[in-house]
Amino acid sequence: MPFSEEKLAELKEITKDLRRSILKMTHAAASGHPGGSLSAVEILTVLYFAILKYDPQNPNWHERDRMVISKGHATPLVYSILAKAGYYKGDDLLTFRSLGSPYQGHIDRLRAPGIETSTGSLGHGTSFAVGAALGCRLDKLNNRVYLLNSDGELQEGSTWEAIMSASHYHLGNLTAIVDRNRIQLDGWTEETMTLEPIGKKYEAFGWHVQEIDGHDMNQIHDAILQTQEIGPKENKPCVIIAHTVKGKGVSFMEDQVKWHGVAPNDDELAKALQEIG
Amino acid sequence: MGATMTQSKEAIATRVAYGKELLELGKENSNIVVLDADLSGSTQTKFFAKEFPERFFNMGVAEQNMIGVAAGLSSTGKIPFASSFAMFACGRAWEFVRNSVCHNMFNVKICATHAGLTVGEDGGSHQIIEDIAIMRVIPNMTVIVPADATEAKFATRAIAEFFGPVYMRLGRSNVPVLFDEKEFEFKIGKARIVKPGIDVSIFACGVMVSRAFWAQEILQSEGISAEVINVSTIKPIDKETILSSVQKTGCAVTCEEHNIHGGLGDAVAGVLAENHPVLLKKIGVQDQFGQSGKADELLVHYGLTKEKIAEAAREVISKK
Repeated sequence: MPFSEEKLAELKEITKDLRRSILKMTHAAASGHPGGSLSAVEILTVLYFAILKYDPQNPNWHERDRMVISKGHATPLVYSILAKAGYYKGDDLLTFRSLGSPYQGHIDRLRAPGIETSTGSLGHGTSFAVGAALGCRLDKLNNRVYLLNSDGELQEGSTWEAIMSASHYHLGNLTAIVDRNRIQLDGWTEETMTLEPIGKKYEAFGWHVQEIDGHDMNQIHDAILQTQEIGPKENKPCVIIAHTVKGKGVSFMEDQVKWHGVAPNDDELAKALQEIG
Repeated sequence: MGATMTQSKEAIATRVAYGKELLELGKENSNIVVLDADLSGSTQTKFFAKEFPERFFNMGVAEQNMIGVAAGLSSTGKIPFASSFAMFACGRAWEFVRNSVCHNMFNVKICATHAGLTVGEDGGSHQIIEDIAIMRVIPNMTVIVPADATEAKFATRAIAEFFGPVYMRLGRSNVPVLFDEKEFEFKIGKARIVKPGIDVSIFACGVMVSRAFWAQEILQSEGISAEVINVSTIKPIDKETILSSVQKTGCAVTCEEHNIHGGLGDAVAGVLAENHPVLLKKIGVQDQFGQSGKADELLVHYGLTKEKIAEAAREVISKK
């Protein structure tokens, strides 16, 4: 079922706030990863404001849904959304990447609340999510484990070890979403190291697969709700391959390899903020 | 004193004691979960697996994933014990141990077996002699090397009760039972004097504790009084016990079934160099790979013997 117009408008406002925050944080730090943060804005917005069960006052609430961020370089997005979700005020977000800041270059669970596991080294999050899903199932918790992957990290062999184990253990309580923005640090994924056909690979590993437009929040929402039904019914992990645009929302960053890991300067920030409105 | 040597002729592998105690812990605490990487028959986690199949996860031949999954389990309040051969649990999965476990401060116990030369016939590819070094350099990590079955049993329980990442090094081959359970105490971070002496301090861990004790007997017959210390916790290292021993003896020998680089010898040398420099000689594998052979033959071939320890002791004493 699609979002009401009201809810969709509210979510769209949030995505604008998040994009502004991502740009300001990377600009202030003069480093960071804007491209892969901007591509996942809609995905995490739907998760945090329409799907996930969590309590910012009690980040370790045992029954919470687990949101595992395997693309740990999407810090400007993650820290911005955790602030918006109420884990902290976030009036100090511009200390991002500076000495003593809770907002590290790659997410760090010991320095800021709301983070399930510190990542940044690619290929760790899927294994962690498998463990969290096994633990939640042992405790018979009424929750799910959600996992955000980058596409580039699917080149890590460990990711496929984890993908194999998730279906072996019939983890119907696990939903992975791949931010398929098609660009990694050195260039297009298919030029750097071929990933396609990603969907068929997951299928071959025993997962339920959906492919969607990762910027269409109704599609994201529907696909996630489907995994909540299909996962437990078929006893298998589910993946949503979300086709996205790296640098989404800022015309000169979209689909540009350069913006994987470069921060906007003063002029670029002003221009980008103007575009977002 | 908590470390009286037995006169027992019994020999049991530390991995066997680990597997048995793990089963006991499983009965007492439903939060204990165990992971293995297709080696449960060798690591001895098979006993736990049989009794608690719902809390045992065979991850197949995929050690990186095993360690990452253990971290995830720990995040839900479980106490994961992850076992494989040390070569793979530490070597293959090192970056997962560092980033998924230690950088996150997750409560994961990596209990790896078949460490060192005494793997024997499997040869150099499996005889990890670098594990102590690569585990102890990771912040937040505790490193434990039990000397015999009694210590392995007590250490297994102690690390389950301790919060934080732990690496425990276990062996394949049978080793003499040195300590009597009834009189034994184990505390993480505490080295134990197994034989007091005044002329030289011999620090040993793992399978080399028995060799150090036997070297002490040789020395005693020559009128030399050696102090033998079982340094079963390599990190955090027991500075106090080490320093109080060398302040008395004025020289030191270290013994380990590990490369002379980065292991117990270097840990002790670091303490001495910073606090009380005395001459120290390291008995260990001389920076070379192992090969196939019987466990005892290999220890002899690579110079990890009571005779070499005694020789090193005489040398450091003579240069005092």
